Amino acid sequence: MNDRWSTDHVLSLAPDAPSQKAGSKLAKPEPWSGTGASQEAVWGACKGSGSRPYQTVVALDGPAYRCSCPSRKFPCKHALGLLLLWSADTLTGADVPEWAESWLAGRRRRAERADLAAAPAAGGSGATGDGSGRGEGASPAAAAPRDEAAAAARRRRREARVAAGADELLARLADQLRDGLAEAPSRGYAFWDGVAARMVDAQAPGFASRARDLGALPASGPQWPARLLEEYSLLHLLAIGYQRHDALPEPLAATVRSRVGFTVDNADVLRAGPLIRDHWLVLGSRDSSDDRLTTRRLWLRGTRSGRDALLLSFGRPGTAPELSLPTGLVLDAELAFHPAAPALRAALGARHAAPSAPATPRPQGTSIEAALGSYATALGDDPWLDAWPAVIAEATPVPTDHGWQLVDATGAVPLFTPSPWRLLAASTGRPVTVFGECGHRGFHAVTCWTENGPLIL
Amino acid sequence: MTRTAETWTDLVEDALLGTNRRASPGLLDRAAAATLVRRAGLRPAPAPETPAPAPLEGRPPLPAPAARRLAALLAENSSELLPQWLTTARRRGFAAPPELLPALLDAARQRSDLRADAVAFAGARGHWLAALNPEWRYALRVPVVESAGEADTAEAADDANAVWQEGLFAERVTHLSRLRRRDPAAGLALLRSTWATERAEDRLLFLDTLQEGLGPDDEPFLEAALADRAKNVRATAAELLSALPGSALAARMAERARRAVTFTDDGGLLVAPPESCDADMQRDGIAAASPTGRGDRAFWLGEIVAATPLAFWSEPATAPGTTAKAQVTVAPTPESVLARTVTPAWADEMREGWARAAVRQHNAAWARALLAERREVAHTRAASGGAPSRLLSVLPAVERASWTARFVADHGLAEAFQLLVTCPTPWPDDLSGAVLDSLAGAAGAGSYPWSHSGVLGVAERCLPFTAAPRIDALAAAATSAWAEVLSRLADTLRTRAAMLAELA
Repeated sequence: MNDRWSTDHVLSLAPDAPSQKAGSKLAKPEPWSGTGASQEAVWGACKGSGSRPYQTVVALDGPAYRCSCPSRKFPCKHALGLLLLWSADTLTGADVPEWAESWLAGRRRRAERADLAAAPAAGGSGATGDGSGRGEGASPAAAAPRDEAAAAARRRRREARVAAGADELLARLADQLRDGLAEAPSRGYAFWDGVAARMVDAQAPGFASRARDLGALPASGPQWPARLLEEYSLLHLLAIGYQRHDALPEPLAATVRSRVGFTVDNADVLRAGPLIRDHWLVLGSRDSSDDRLTTRRLWLRGTRSGRDALLLSFGRPGTAPELSLPTGLVLDAELAFHPAAPALRAALGARHAAPSAPATPRPQGTSIEAALGSYATALGDDPWLDAWPAVIAEATPVPTDHGWQLVDATGAVPLFTPSPWRLLAASTGRPVTVFGECGHRGFHAVTCWTENGPLIL
Repeated sequence: MTRTAETWTDLVEDALLGTNRRASPGLLDRAAAATLVRRAGLRPAPAPETPAPAPLEGRPPLPAPAARRLAALLAENSSELLPQWLTTARRRGFAAPPELLPALLDAARQRSDLRADAVAFAGARGHWLAALNPEWRYALRVPVVESAGEADTAEAADDANAVWQEGLFAERVTHLSRLRRRDPAAGLALLRSTWATERAEDRLLFLDTLQEGLGPDDEPFLEAALADRAKNVRATAAELLSALPGSALAARMAERARRAVTFTDDGGLLVAPPESCDADMQRDGIAAASPTGRGDRAFWLGEIVAATPLAFWSEPATAPGTTAKAQVTVAPTPESVLARTVTPAWADEMREGWARAAVRQHNAAWARALLAERREVAHTRAASGGAPSRLLSVLPAVERASWTARFVADHGLAEAFQLLVTCPTPWPDDLSGAVLDSLAGAAGAGSYPWSHSGVLGVAERCLPFTAAPRIDALAAAATSAWAEVLSRLADTLRTRAAMLAELA
């Protein structure tokens, strides 16, 4: 069994590309001494420019990092270099040095305390791991008691603003429709960007991002009127849905609120429960960023429950999101699902062990037709859903004159992935197991499994 | 389904026109419903034709650390390490990891120096992949198998023919050189087949490839090329012929040498270069006017000596103007020829000519004798000394290294760059020891490391890995700029060692 992380995974922990490079440079034995690894952690001392070597230790369950270097990058290049060495199986020591053990022991004590503190509520621990590293020690679960009345007043104020936003949005959509969508290309981005800014003011980020997207659609190539009308109609449906959300059945009302942009804290989700403990296979992860935020999406599948889950983690531009899980490994952990339907987004609760190798070399998959069927079913709960996670058991990527297609015995769907050639090369033109999101635009591939194990696309 | 499609088209038309022009009650509600019906009803499209899968790979997979190394080298496009990595992996017969093929083919597309190794290492699967992507077409023109006897199959021959007929110029040159190395006659035949239609500048470079495997069989073709339209082609043909001591051109040159150089009674050489360059000399590649800074007569003399078979100077029977009294019974060695007194005005030209002849005719004895002279007078004659590095290239590898080691020990590294690159790698102990001693001296003398950047670059590629500890010690004793340069050198050697060990 090989529980070590892949090089790709270690590099994904880096805050930026220069850190990846600097870390790779340290991924050689010479500067290191006293290195070692256990189930819990890896450690070592790295010779720097000064006289005293830097002491670096990484707790694998976070991962959480500690290094005596003065770098403000986090994790620093020493931690990355050490993890790369570990990933290449070159750390052989087993004796934890005193300086590493004292930090690790401190972490264990804090984790126990946090468990105890959280136990009366739901038995979970902190929100999305303790990757915040140096800042850790503050117990995330032990929030100050809040002023319920003030919070309720804030919520009412926001709901009123969002409702006004929904009214305005419906009016704008009706305006545009009166003049006809044929006018849309001549209006450019400015009109919908302006509406989006007003929706931000109305504290409805979900409206804002959908409005902003409308501005780009007239320039999206052939068939744009059809796409624009689709998105008009779904945004209209969302605004109407919000106006009437009090009358909607609960899972759907929660979906509408979440689509409009009301978030529920992971901590609250974990507190509310129920917590589902499973061995969660990490199916894959993908980062996307705009000028304000890097969003990391991590997909998990319960190897016992068969449930799919999506974790989100955010970072400022140029910094890696906190949460990082190794694709292809299994995590013994507790999850709680956010209230929206269909249940997919989840909060990560207590982890019971460091990630380990799965019992089967690749996840069980389905056909492309069945994946589209699952998407259709999910669409019944959430009409705004663009795609649904799916593992295709035996899919072949095919380049065609009209772009890439993913093909299996049931047919073909358009294929999107940052490097389709890599997927094709890895497949050697033969069927492979592919994980991705399947929806009305096609299949967005994230991970594939070949005879050599998982490959991040 | 059809009804929905019609309705949807109507909805889009209404939306484009605008509700001011055509009333369409509940348009967005109906559009939302239709959108969801369409999305929920999506089915896979009929499958397109799937390309045939890649051929199965017979070579063993790369060890995991080597695969990681390759991914990293490709990601940073390492110009230092990637070429050696690819050469080694290819030679050791490993299969390329399929998922790295796109990055590999991209790298070799940008850097033609990687192509031969990258494409061979990519193997049949790389060929399969390249056929699917126009950006990687170049890989299809590099033959999959090179050295093995399989290259002689009919299919490979067809491929090769296609390269010669349709390939880019560089690919054609590569192809011709390879063929020449394997089968000189076939290479000559291939070149002849299209010779008349090649452009002058291409003819010149193609002709150059005949140096590989040059032999008497090439003489008729080269003799004909002496009448080529292009002057450069004529000159190159003449130079090649002069490397064939048995050629008619060599004999004509020996005759000219006989007229220009007289052996005196006291064993000296009396030199009287020709007064003019006649039509026959010009046909044999000697320019009518000196293209160099030297005078015309000196230049003509140099051309004649460089093209005269070296045996001419050592054969007593043919030695020019030998009188009965000065009969020599033992064939003179190159050393004894060099020891003769030469008309002072032409002495440099004679030595230069002999040196060029030694290089062209691959004559190790002469090269050794000339180099022995050069070493003793390296400082005084460095400028006119011609090309010791070219003379060295005639000697066996070990001798090249030991000669250079002595040169570096005597004269330091300032003039050593050209010599070092002719030496075999990794450098033998005597050479690496001499280079490290010199670097230590330079570091101790406080000279700037960047003034040695050329030598340091070669050292990075050529020092044996075992030199790393000694370099560490030098770094520890050096000032900061040198300490950094030397530690980096040691690091590179260790990285290289680790990299090659991974491929074991």
